[in-house]
Amino acid sequence: MKRRDFIQMAGMGAGALMLPVTSLANIVSPEALLEPGLDVAQKKRLADVALNTAKSNGATYADVRIGRYLNQFVITRENKVQSIRNTESFGVGVRVIANGTWGFAATNEVTPDGIKKATERAVAIAKANSKFQKEPVKLAAEKGYGEVTWKTPIQKNGFEVPVKDKADLLLNANAKAMEKGASFINSIMFLVNEQKYFASTEGSYIDQDIHRTWPNFQVTMIDKASGQFKTRSAFSAPVGMGYEYLDGKAQDKIQGPGGIILYNKSYDIVEDATMAAEQAKQLISAKSVEPGKYDLVLEPSHMWLTIHESVGHPLELDRVLGYEANYAGTSFATLDKQQSGKFQYGSKAVNFVADKIQPGSLGAVGFDDEGVKTKQWDLVKDGVLVNYQAIRDQVHILGQGESHGCCYSQSWRDVQFQRMANVSLQPGKAQLTPDQMISGVEKGIYIVKDGSFSIDQQRYNFQFGGVLFFEIKNGKIAGMLKDVAYQSNTQEFWNSCVQVCDERDYRMNGAFNDGKGQPAQSNAVSHGSATARFNGVNVINTGRTL
Amino acid sequence: MAIFSKEEAKKILEKVIAYSKADACEVNLNGTNGGNIRYARNSVSTAGENSDVTLVVQSNFGKKSGVATINEFDEASLEKVVRRSEELAKLAPENPEFMDPLPQQTYGESKTYFESTAKITPEYRAQAAANSINPAIAKDVTSAGYLEDNYSFASMMNTKGLFAYNQSTGVNFTVTMRSNDGTGSGWVTRSSNDVSKLDTAEASKIAIDKALQSRNAKAIEPGKYTVILEPAASAELIRNMLFAMNARQADEGRSFLSKKGGGSKIGEKIMDERVTIYTDPYNLDVPASPWSGDGQARKKMDIIKNGTVANMFYDRYWASQKNVASVPFPGNAIMEGGNASLEDLIKDTKKGILVTRFWYIRPVDPQTQLYTGLTRDATFFVENGKVKHPVKNFRFNESPVIMLNNVETLGKQVRVDVDGGPGGGASFLIPYMKLRDFTFTSLSDAV
Repeated sequence: MKRRDFIQMAGMGAGALMLPVTSLANIVSPEALLEPGLDVAQKKRLADVALNTAKSNGATYADVRIGRYLNQFVITRENKVQSIRNTESFGVGVRVIANGTWGFAATNEVTPDGIKKATERAVAIAKANSKFQKEPVKLAAEKGYGEVTWKTPIQKNGFEVPVKDKADLLLNANAKAMEKGASFINSIMFLVNEQKYFASTEGSYIDQDIHRTWPNFQVTMIDKASGQFKTRSAFSAPVGMGYEYLDGKAQDKIQGPGGIILYNKSYDIVEDATMAAEQAKQLISAKSVEPGKYDLVLEPSHMWLTIHESVGHPLELDRVLGYEANYAGTSFATLDKQQSGKFQYGSKAVNFVADKIQPGSLGAVGFDDEGVKTKQWDLVKDGVLVNYQAIRDQVHILGQGESHGCCYSQSWRDVQFQRMANVSLQPGKAQLTPDQMISGVEKGIYIVKDGSFSIDQQRYNFQFGGVLFFEIKNGKIAGMLKDVAYQSNTQEFWNSCVQVCDERDYRMNGAFNDGKGQPAQSNAVSHGSATARFNGVNVINTGRTL
Repeated sequence: MAIFSKEEAKKILEKVIAYSKADACEVNLNGTNGGNIRYARNSVSTAGENSDVTLVVQSNFGKKSGVATINEFDEASLEKVVRRSEELAKLAPENPEFMDPLPQQTYGESKTYFESTAKITPEYRAQAAANSINPAIAKDVTSAGYLEDNYSFASMMNTKGLFAYNQSTGVNFTVTMRSNDGTGSGWVTRSSNDVSKLDTAEASKIAIDKALQSRNAKAIEPGKYTVILEPAASAELIRNMLFAMNARQADEGRSFLSKKGGGSKIGEKIMDERVTIYTDPYNLDVPASPWSGDGQARKKMDIIKNGTVANMFYDRYWASQKNVASVPFPGNAIMEGGNASLEDLIKDTKKGILVTRFWYIRPVDPQTQLYTGLTRDATFFVENGKVKHPVKNFRFNESPVIMLNNVETLGKQVRVDVDGGPGGGASFLIPYMKLRDFTFTSLSDAV
């Protein structure tokens, strides 16, 4: 995940809720977010201006994205609404191939003249850059889909819910946490709507309406006598859903080990904030961990980030090839390892699937940002590395003829490139619940929710923290721990995976702010898993005294 | 052209203020011309330019605020954006922390603009990349680099009569050089407001040498070591610590500067007495805007003086609650150093680790400012005053507060811009430093 485009919310410490800086977007009224924008016929006419201009200027391929990107943030602390922000960004990005080279230009002048000029600029850039091009771009074949539409299957459009209702929900959650003795609480509601129209010279005219929702908070508990402070973040997930995620339905609540309540397809923020205050208090007096080897039982709201960093990123083909060498880094999972067909990424219990279609996930779209119909594909099968994530101009390097459909741009003004799909650990086939899993562990730690994270530039060595840690002794939860972080090596870690719970325990979590590229771009991505067990992992104690 | 002169900006801002019917109104007008070039695998991969101007209007009725933005500047658009912000303000909940706009402040003369950088062309960027790629090819290494430049202006005006304007330029260059056998990697970063000080060939040579010298690194046991940190290694840790010196968080009990039993550690000695860190917007090596985003004048001020917490940052609301003067967030920081060169530090070291840079630094515990991260792009073992051999990368778990208690020697200062410099980050002047007992907790196979 990236930090560069994220600032800390005012008055909060390190590790606090992060708020994206939406520069380059205009701040508007909440009503403006509900205005319909251009209709499909208007968008098609404008798109054709780009495609025709590109062809008449000598481009062999062109695509155009007319994008309207809407965000809403409601930000509160304790009993105060700190900020309500609505932003809109509207414009057009045109990408072309001329002389076998990519060119891109963008404009916020969404008029035939503005688009024509941007397209001419894109072609001129492609021709100028072709001087430096060593190999011409090779695009995998993709059919034209004609005029099609796709929408996130939401039940409640969050932008239609009055801002006051959202603020009241957050203030109610804050009040419950404060009643339970929290020292502070910061909370946020973050809504996204991407209205994207894509057209290409392959004959696609694709209109998509994508929604994402993310409620989040951070409860802080301070013990003045000892000078200690501890925080507990929300057990929510950022989701590819509408406001129905905030319904907190009984069937989506899970009684987890250690007396905690976890959430699946909907979330009860008031209940979670209440629990958070109690758990933050317990963290203050929790036992400091004894460093050493432990069997780890990792819950899905924690597991997602370990998957993201140690599986999602190393299997991005552009990283493998060296295109990200100066920023995010390269990858240990080199082409020879995949081509051998024998590289044991993990144990036989480990199966990773990349996906751009899973309902409720952040990555789900009908078509990616270069008009490829989305799908699922295997990355690791029975522990063996079988594939990467690649787009139209990359798959030929793998000897494959079909793009994986994971091309994305964060806005109309940035060029699209290969981004991470949802990458998920598949549930185990044998019936197994987290309680049953824990009952088999002699000396272990059960970790809930993602915390601190860091991994090297080739994705070998990593360190992860968490939010809640429970000691497991002789098959039973034996109280809360603190100061826990685990360190391992990616291949060693996934090969120490001995069990994955079954599909009843499968849940997703994820991030709005997966970062890559220079200039950096953000991508939203989910990772699913069931609770999984890893034997003999090195745990360190992170407690220090100043 | 997204850059307005002081006179042009003032004229637009005056028009906007004249349309205001609110109790108070504050207007920011900012613009940027930016350019970049990126290369990888010894070939240019992307290049681009961008340009943007935004007008932000904040209107207030009592303690209710509304904000609206626009990027068109005709009379009708200007009036529309003012009316929109006023409508939003009337609908907004009260913000009990709202502060009235500031009256006119006195600012010194800005040092942030250089014409050389404002005039960068696409041809300059292509040549700068070529000057990095060609020596890499000649030495059988693979380059991946990024150059980003920026020419921007910022201006603001309010109904209390405050007007502020600043122009700045900046260029940031980084390159990673990897040996073609995959066993060595080097890196370098350069930042300046004045592009005439940037030589991508000179910088690239350092990264190439490091890539070649760091081949076939040996593994040594993790543990506590004396380290020699290049300024690019320590800058982000020091930046993180300084940015966490917010007075409100300390007073609230959730900071490394909170005191047991309540209150903050202001005035207390928290690190080695040789550590002095101050901010000065008029420093010629790391110039910053003379005013902060809300129009407060920035001035030269100690943050850490001889190891003691001299000042913390107070926003205007918290300062009013605590009856103290507000202290704006700094635009730069300067850590005092000494005369020792890197070679001098190596010469004086019996056994230690020389670190080019740290990477993927993330907070582990805000209570102690504990961070984790890894060495990257050339790490060496130093013994009896000489660089002996490259070593495999380490993961560290360390706090900048503990680190700056363990100072052995401070050397010459170098400018480092964290998070990309122009537009993205802040500028720091940081010395080479030799520190004892730095905590490495595991080994990494990454090159």
